[in-house]
Amino acid sequence: MSEVCIIGLGMTRVGEHWARSIVELAEEAASLALEDAGRSAVDALILGNAYGGVYNQQTQLGALVAAQLRLHGVEAFTCEAGEAAGGVALRAGYLAVKSGAVQSALVIGVEKATDIVGAARVGARAASLDAEYEALQGASLTAMAGILMRRYMHEYGRALEDFAGFSVNAHRNGTKNPLAMYRNRLREGAFAKAPMLAEPVSLFDSAPDADGAAAVLLAASEHADDSARRPVEIRGSAAASDTLALQDRANPLHLKSAAKSTAAALKQAGIARDALDLLELHDAYTILTALSLEAMGFSAAGQGSAWAADGGERIALRGALPISTFGGLKSRGNPSGAAGIYQAAEAALQLRGAAGGNQVPNARTALIQSIGGLGATTVTHILSASA
Amino acid sequence: MMPAAGAGAAPSAIRGEIYSFTRVMEAPAAFAGQAPYYLALVRLEDGALITAQLTDIDGKVCIGDPVEMVTRKLTTDGERGMIVYGYKFRPPVR
Repeated sequence: MSEVCIIGLGMTRVGEHWARSIVELAEEAASLALEDAGRSAVDALILGNAYGGVYNQQTQLGALVAAQLRLHGVEAFTCEAGEAAGGVALRAGYLAVKSGAVQSALVIGVEKATDIVGAARVGARAASLDAEYEALQGASLTAMAGILMRRYMHEYGRALEDFAGFSVNAHRNGTKNPLAMYRNRLREGAFAKAPMLAEPVSLFDSAPDADGAAAVLLAASEHADDSARRPVEIRGSAAASDTLALQDRANPLHLKSAAKSTAAALKQAGIARDALDLLELHDAYTILTALSLEAMGFSAAGQGSAWAADGGERIALRGALPISTFGGLKSRGNPSGAAGIYQAAEAALQLRGAAGGNQVPNARTALIQSIGGLGATTVTHILSASA
Repeated sequence: MMPAAGAGAAPSAIRGEIYSFTRVMEAPAAFAGQAPYYLALVRLEDGALITAQLTDIDGKVCIGDPVEMVTRKLTTDGERGMIVYGYKFRPPVR
């Protein structure tokens, strides 16, 4: 059976695109990816989007973007799994190519968050929680992250400052990414003094909602050799689910879906966890990074936050385990349904050795992880530089 | 150890203790008028967890504090302002 490769990639700047529509953002990223690969046709277009139905009153984005790209009649549809929409779209594209049903798939992630603002947007994002048992009680994604974080701090004796290194590292890397939303450095001391959104989750602890689009072109390995760039192989792909409501989990501090999808992806790839050169995690909140690292087996329960120690130097570009190498959701920005495709494009740049100032030295294998809600969906992919 | 279910005068499942909580400053639109408010995961006496707002809070809130369920207005819905009632939790009234 053939392998699946990323042969082209494209990303828009992440931020507030007041003057541009969701379709225009998707078109830009997709055009860049096709150009990067030196292709003009694809067998399928698969789009990841989280909140288009509420933010933009627009569904059927797959077909809409296909028409905009003049890919008339091509198979095109949207995948949704909250903020893991990008991850599940990549998974769907992977499965389509891997099965042999199509030879190429253009996978696009797009989100246009700034069409609504303030409390309306907070409410819209709460749609990815359990509507009846969480959102109806006044919960937001950030509030549920706050509840998790406070319990973690209580159970394991951690302070707010212990998480600062995750955000400091993300911003340190984001300063070098021309596409990042917030390219400012973050002082460790400023972290715990930031305005609270949902105690103990603060502004500097939580990734900013953003507009943006990213795209990757997937092709079967036997059709990848003639592409313009060195192909990056998808060696592992796995998704797992958990309850939407935290209240229905035996242990809310265990991200079961992250544990399960990571183990499955590593097994498929035949790669040991310690052989990974970098991670792109769903760092929408620092507590999610700590819990992911524990679920993935990089730390024992309660020890995940230790990776943030010393300003995050162990997770820096030249650290033992680089994370958020282009700034992650925190600094590059969180274009919800596109976040998983930004991760794929950024990891592919790392493995091509084309990451510029963000390059992780000798990067051969990367793990990317897309999370919906607070772990109701986790999609994990493992990418490798082709031989 | 949680007390056995069914003991005492009140139905046991309406009492519990705070498993964790947050104070919501940036609220969803339907709750924006109420912010800031406390939202908690409460461990009920039968062992189940439930997500609910805390109400009637005067002092400091801590993990482990005992609470009891009460019926309260949650929000209003639609242009005609239909009141949505539900459960919240408060410190036990002696």
